[in-house]
Amino acid sequence: MSTATWVTESTRFERNIATSESAWVKWSIIGIAVSFFTLFLLMPLLAVFVEALRKGVGVYFASLVDADALHSIQLTLIAAAIAVPLNLVFGVAAAWAIAKFDFRGKQLLITLIDLPFSVSPVIVGLCYVLVFGANGWFGAWLIEHDLKVIFALPGIVLASIFVTFPFVARELIPLMQAQGREEEEAAIVLGANGWQTFWHVTLPNIKWGLLYGVILCNARAMGEFGAVSVVSGKIRGQTNTMPLHVEILYNEYQFAAAFAVASLLALLALVTLVIKTWVEHRVEQAMKQSTEGASS
Amino acid sequence: MPVSAVAARRFNVLPGFGLSLGYTLVYLSIIVLIPLGAVFLRTMDLTWAEFWQVVTAPRVVASYKLSFGASLAAAAINAVFGLMLAWALVRYSFPGKKIVDALVDLPFALPTAVAGIALTALYAPNGWLGQFIQGELGIKVAFGPLGVLVALVFIGLPFVVRTVQPILEDLETELEEAAASLGARRWQTFRYVVLPILLPALLTGFALAFARAVGEYGSVIFIAGNIPMVSEITPLMIITKLEQYDYTGATAIAVVMLVFSFFLLLIINGLQHWANRRTGRER
Amino acid sequence: MSIQVQNIQKRFGSFVALDNVSLDFPSGELVALLGPSGCGKTTLLRIIAGLEQADAGTVLLDGEDASSTHVRERQVGFVFQHYALFKHMTVFDNVAFGMRMKPRNVRPNETQIKKKVHDLLNLVQLDWLADRFPAQLSGGQRQRIALARALAVEPRVLLLDEPFGALDAKVRKELRRWLRKLHDELHITSIFVTHDQEEALEVADRIVLMDHGKVEQVGTPEEVYGHPATPFVYGFLGSVNLFHGRVEDSAVWVGEDAVPHHNTAIAQGSEVYAFARPHELEIVTDPNRTDGIKARVNRVLTFGVSSRVELDGVNGATGQHFEVELSQPQVQALALVAGQIVRLLPSRLKLFERSEAGLGVKR
Repeated sequence: MSTATWVTESTRFERNIATSESAWVKWSIIGIAVSFFTLFLLMPLLAVFVEALRKGVGVYFASLVDADALHSIQLTLIAAAIAVPLNLVFGVAAAWAIAKFDFRGKQLLITLIDLPFSVSPVIVGLCYVLVFGANGWFGAWLIEHDLKVIFALPGIVLASIFVTFPFVARELIPLMQAQGREEEEAAIVLGANGWQTFWHVTLPNIKWGLLYGVILCNARAMGEFGAVSVVSGKIRGQTNTMPLHVEILYNEYQFAAAFAVASLLALLALVTLVIKTWVEHRVEQAMKQSTEGASS
Repeated sequence: MPVSAVAARRFNVLPGFGLSLGYTLVYLSIIVLIPLGAVFLRTMDLTWAEFWQVVTAPRVVASYKLSFGASLAAAAINAVFGLMLAWALVRYSFPGKKIVDALVDLPFALPTAVAGIALTALYAPNGWLGQFIQGELGIKVAFGPLGVLVALVFIGLPFVVRTVQPILEDLETELEEAAASLGARRWQTFRYVVLPILLPALLTGFALAFARAVGEYGSVIFIAGNIPMVSEITPLMIITKLEQYDYTGATAIAVVMLVFSFFLLLIINGLQHWANRRTGRER
Repeated sequence: MSIQVQNIQKRFGSFVALDNVSLDFPSGELVALLGPSGCGKTTLLRIIAGLEQADAGTVLLDGEDASSTHVRERQVGFVFQHYALFKHMTVFDNVAFGMRMKPRNVRPNETQIKKKVHDLLNLVQLDWLADRFPAQLSGGQRQRIALARALAVEPRVLLLDEPFGALDAKVRKELRRWLRKLHDELHITSIFVTHDQEEALEVADRIVLMDHGKVEQVGTPEEVYGHPATPFVYGFLGSVNLFHGRVEDSAVWVGEDAVPHHNTAIAQGSEVYAFARPHELEIVTDPNRTDGIKARVNRVLTFGVSSRVELDGVNGATGQHFEVELSQPQVQALALVAGQIVRLLPSRLKLFERSEAGLGVKR
């Protein structure tokens, strides 16, 4: 990053006498806001890395290559690799139906898609225990056929899917609604079939939003704690995902090791935010370009 | 719903409506609706009296008070400071602004367990901030109700900032120019022109932060201390019941939380509708 | 290719967009669908294209019922109001799109596509923009690229939705002339939708005037302008002065004032709307005259060779405003001053009985 990141040019509000405040008001607001930000967001983030390295680099890496840690990383990756593509396909299908067509009950459908956001992760885990657990609806049948959902990978995947259910759809719906139907109609008039229209016209228009939705979905799937902790059974070396492994280490007072694994998750979060910022930058550039073109 | 939905749709040359909507509904039902339905059906095992006894047990009621009280307080704190942060990010230029802007979303991306142990490390009696706050000021943060509040503030901050920010960005400078030309002082302009426009978004952000905080688990349990009657949150009560294999008891508390969440969701939808109408952004 | 639409009905909920519309579009003509917004003209265009489905009625392309033919197979070229250029593709790729989407066995090869695209870009005089993206083009250039893209699939008809609507006045004028010239070269049956009467009069071979989902009149520009069939058409094409009056003897009475008329088809005593164009009114300053409509001069505007006099009605026509167009010498001869009372005498007056006129009059 260049120095331009640090010295931002003044905003249109600062250049306008009617929308700017006196210097002391301005710097007080900035001061309070940035202090609050530092206290509640920046310091916890720094704490993760400082605590992880407290006992030295050797302990840090030893904690990461520990067999249980490696297994938890593997399990987390597998669960996300199943959950994210499923939610990706769902998100695209839902956004296509909602953004490109008019039908009754659309608003209700959007609300239902948002529903998982407002359900406590603990309740998500509970739901699946009630359906697939030993005493659940399909419990007896599953035991009979020697299938395990709860305290096994399928349960972890299901919980991850539920928790990250709305992310891709949520990113795409407003984007595709804003783009309207005209370009797709133009493609159809020019003889393209449905698949060609989606692939050559719709997808290029939504790729950045799609990417961001997938990245965020992935970060949340890998980091989910509450829901997964209910369905996983936390069997060390078997059904422990990374966040659960962090918890176990922490409760065993292996703080440095806990923070070491946590730091991987924090890095994932940072990468997610970097990609997000980059995507937003791309979208902004594209918008600026198209408005400049129109006014020339 | 699917049948009437298909019947009511207008002609459209784009293909794939039946397939995409059908897939959406099936997937939604399997992943979300049926499992949630299981929670409600399971409570039918209890008589009304049993249900009432479970959900009004003193320890559970104490957890409601903490969960709702701390969530409300955290959402209120975020409404004030989140507004300031959004204002600073949109209106002012200052060093490091882009990094602050990018990191505001951290609570969305950082796993809650990581946030939980990080906050605990900071606010524990021997932590960076904890030793000062507890040692000098005598206030106990971690392992008590205040710890819960701190974790919920962390979780809710981006909701307020990210709902207010776009509205602030879209605000026409002409409005404030007009107010200034009519003789309004800066504070009056903010109070009578800008704030009313921001209000629906601010309330929406507040409600979203509140809804998220009530259900939050991962970031809270490490810092809360989980002392019965003092610092146990409601989601923890569900976990406790589950660990005792009291599934119906867990389910009863879950139903109370779900009903509350759905109610909040309704309010949030109403607020967003109001916000859209007020700012003229239809849908 | 000729197009016929027969008894087309279309509603959106309780709103009637098209009410039993039947029209003939002969082969090779350039036709304008003209009317105010909400009159159903765009809906009709989209139904012809196959982008919208009529509730009842048929569309015949070359005499064949096209109702069951998908847009993809109708071979229509459609130019969208906001062009709908694919933002992520270059101008070249936009124009090539239709050819590249064809099934493999009928798809031209890349060399053929390349030649065809350049031919089309030459036709619209924008070959030098082939590698640009739509965002880098001006509005007028985008419009012409959209047209080239529509022509690339060799459509049998060309449909244009408000083709000049999003352009500024100067570019709009240029493009109008250019479109007319292009049509004279290609002779492809074309229909365009517009709400701008000047545009329709200047470009089209034939104009279809629509209002409230109904066809008001069909004819050449001269016919519809010179002989409006309904009060709506009279009011919509060009500026006009309207009098509410009653026919008695050989005069139309507007309150206490009377103007002579020679239309014998209208029964004595009927209530009428009387129309006169601004250049069809004469201003009489002689205070002894008693015929014509009494009016007060409000102001005189002069630009170029002609002048416009704005007047307010007095007596029977109180509260009404009139406009008279005169040449500069005429205005000088009259030496009008603001506040002066004069009389207006129409040299030509078009009458419509009020019952038949219905509610069609807007202006």
